[in-house]
Amino acid sequence: MSEISWARRFYWSLRRELWEVPAIYVVPLAAAALVLVGFLVSAIRSPAQLLAPAQLSVQMDLPYTFAIGLIMVSTYVVAIFYSLDALYGERRDRSILFWKSLPVSDVTTVIAKVTVPLVIAPLITFAVTVATLVLMMLMGRAVLAVTGVNTLRLGTQPPFFRTSELLVYHLFAVHALWWAPFFGWLFLISAWARRAPFVWAAVPVFVLSIVERIAFNTSYFAGMLESRLNFSPEAIVARGKMPIDPMTQMTPGIFVTSPGLWIGLVIAVAFVGAAVRLRRYRGPI
Amino acid sequence: MAWIEARGLRKVYGSTVALDGIDLSVPEGRILGVIGPNGAGKTTLLNVLLGLTSYDGEVDVLGCNPWTERDQLMRDVCFITDVAVLPRWIRVSQLLAYVAGVHPRFDRAKAEKFLAKTTIGHGSKVRELSKGMVTQLHLAIVMAIGARLLVLDEPTLGLDILYAKQFYDSLLNDYFDGGRTIVLATHQVQEVQHVLTDLIFIDRGRVVLEQSTEAIESRYLEVKVRPEQAAAARALHPLHEREVLGGSVFVFDGVDRTRLSALGDVRTTSIADLYVAVMEHE
Repeated sequence: MSEISWARRFYWSLRRELWEVPAIYVVPLAAAALVLVGFLVSAIRSPAQLLAPAQLSVQMDLPYTFAIGLIMVSTYVVAIFYSLDALYGERRDRSILFWKSLPVSDVTTVIAKVTVPLVIAPLITFAVTVATLVLMMLMGRAVLAVTGVNTLRLGTQPPFFRTSELLVYHLFAVHALWWAPFFGWLFLISAWARRAPFVWAAVPVFVLSIVERIAFNTSYFAGMLESRLNFSPEAIVARGKMPIDPMTQMTPGIFVTSPGLWIGLVIAVAFVGAAVRLRRYRGPI
Repeated sequence: MAWIEARGLRKVYGSTVALDGIDLSVPEGRILGVIGPNGAGKTTLLNVLLGLTSYDGEVDVLGCNPWTERDQLMRDVCFITDVAVLPRWIRVSQLLAYVAGVHPRFDRAKAEKFLAKTTIGHGSKVRELSKGMVTQLHLAIVMAIGARLLVLDEPTLGLDILYAKQFYDSLLNDYFDGGRTIVLATHQVQEVQHVLTDLIFIDRGRVVLEQSTEAIESRYLEVKVRPEQAAAARALHPLHEREVLGGSVFVFDGVDRTRLSALGDVRTTSIADLYVAVMEHE
């Protein structure tokens, strides 16, 4: 009987998740396809807009910004639904009894599941976005070449490497690290709820906000959540609204030393730890 | 040392006592039937042995504490609880790849060989298979793991007789040998009586009978008695009496066969009849 390393058990547990939820890459790919078709149609209809003068760079970047935004949002919608179902679905369909009949610990299983929103989702968003941007640029050039417009005037492509760098930093700093406690919360509810995890995840948040409002006439809790949901001010100094604006300054030094990040991570670890413990006690519903 | 050792095992759910002080010792090479009515605690007992439920008391399965060392225990233990616990979305090929990826004992070639005898295709998803086929698939995995201890909880519930018979035939022919142990809970007693080497009856969380099937055969006898001899039969303190066409059948515990043959035809009690006798006697 050969030993099986932890890394191998983890790898197969993670593959298992991707088999179960192909939506985590199918949905962003579909969003990318949608963007590309729309971009191509609009470029063919009026190629001149690809040649906007430099001072209109914000407008010029609009299709790219829109593409990045749509792919990101679609991946994270899937990631949120995935997280809420991750430890609930296996109890509802009773398959937890099968998974628990194999020599894979609750810790390994839960870590593999948490990896999906915290590592896989940013990687997929990044890969799909970069591929989409490249295709959009190639399409733009092709349309200009076909219509005979002089491409030498094509000065305002998005600065590609800068955009990629910002995107990857944004995805991991904000969506993985800064948002970790949100995903931790979703996993905790997913492990705990006997029905309707979506409702259970949302209700305490509203109740706490309302109770605080009524009892103390303050809204620290809601404000805290809001600032957490918004892009971390410590991670970036943004000039525009979109964090991938090329003028954005990354401030990783401030980010990793900000107490907000570490408090969030401690809470995330506590939530996930509780989810692991709950999974041990939980059986089919 | 016994493979399964339980001392003073208790499990309480709220105000319901599911297990009320169970002592159990199962050595290697046995096929133990855990038999009892619905709600007797069979599933709870099995879940404790598998590390699926917390408990009070001492339990040792293959040298592990099942509650705290489940993942380690599962290298040497397989279980099928209920028929339909394989995830419905998974493909047969994915399932084999996954188990091969995480289980050190899994022999994929063996599973393929077993599946080749069925009509299950590798590209099929579990949701596309019939209940009988899902059981065959699960059994193929269990066979290919070849764990030392196999725990089955109502493994053939809802299957037709043909599949159920095949299931037990495969277990006996392809899986079981003197170096393995099977623990099997069911209330379909007739289906398993020829398979078991030992059995325990449990009722309301307590063990009411614990015997090897050999001992049961020599100890419990039943006699069909015509009405005029019924009084003589009752004088021998039967465990149980039931009316049949043209007389009564009495079940005796440890009464000499020659004494009983004077009353009528003496036969070995079937486990089903013994079960009814013991449960009604309780």
